[in-house]
Amino acid sequence: MADTAVLADAHADHGDAHGAHYSTTGLSNNKLAMWLFLGSECLLFGGLISTYMLYRGRHSENLGPDQLWDIPFTSASSFVLLMSSLTMVLAVSAAHRRNLRNAKIWLSVTATLGALFVAGQVYEFTTFYREGLGFTTSLFSSSFYTLTGFHGVHVTVGIIMLLSLVAMLSKQRVHGDKAESVEMVGLYWHFVDVVWILIFTLVYLIPA
Amino acid sequence: MSTETVDPTTPAGHDAHDQHDAHDENHGWSDGKYIQLAVILAVITGLEVYASYADWLGPAFIPSLIIMMVVKFVAVVLFFMHLKFDNKIFSWLFYSGLLLAIGVYVAFLVTFQFFNR
Repeated sequence: MADTAVLADAHADHGDAHGAHYSTTGLSNNKLAMWLFLGSECLLFGGLISTYMLYRGRHSENLGPDQLWDIPFTSASSFVLLMSSLTMVLAVSAAHRRNLRNAKIWLSVTATLGALFVAGQVYEFTTFYREGLGFTTSLFSSSFYTLTGFHGVHVTVGIIMLLSLVAMLSKQRVHGDKAESVEMVGLYWHFVDVVWILIFTLVYLIPA
Repeated sequence: MSTETVDPTTPAGHDAHDQHDAHDENHGWSDGKYIQLAVILAVITGLEVYASYADWLGPAFIPSLIIMMVVKFVAVVLFFMHLKFDNKIFSWLFYSGLLLAIGVYVAFLVTFQFFNR
């Protein structure tokens, strides 16, 4: 017990030196909070996915998934988001090596790929709307737009976080452990990617 | 519970700092391994899309898609999110939320199935 306290105190001292704060477990408070937040986000998306699964068959005959989905286009979007996870992990890796120049480049590439994904989603929503699928057209459309819309908002928030981080790193406004700041944004971004992995298979690939 | 603090100039203090520094330096894989994993994930995504067009899979169609989805999910969480290399407490926090979500999902669908009869 004494050893744990000694190690925790040492981490706390070390954390202060970096500007980060460590709990009595020796773990970063920021990281603990982020993982707790991501755990709670699982519940949000779990509810939205289950609602979609329940209502995906409730649509008119000519405005269902079989008539609307453009699998090659959505597959390309999924590939873009998957590659953004790679660029994000390369940004985290560069930040841990204290190579902030490369970290900023990879963060910018990640934000660009994220923006490409959101642009694809806006195009997809516009196409569906023009084909007659409004938000209140059917239970299927409401649950589909709510699920994918919430995900799109999360990606957009992620892009804002990425660009803000690049700007703050450039102006040296990030106090404390810079690598940890990049890692926190990275965790959020990867979570957005894993949620899309579920949505892509359950919503687009598995037929209603 | 001891309230003593570590003097960074002592060996014990150095050990604690070294452990943290080692954690900072060895955070997961090399960049090459991350790229390899991304290629594997891209290939699995391609296989998923191929499977969605392949009629010959028959009853194995949905299970194969679910398996590929789970493999991609676990790979990103373990390696890209560093959960495999990090403290187990983070794993517990995330997996407890995930399991709770799956539990709510199953209970939700079973309940609606029950009342729709």
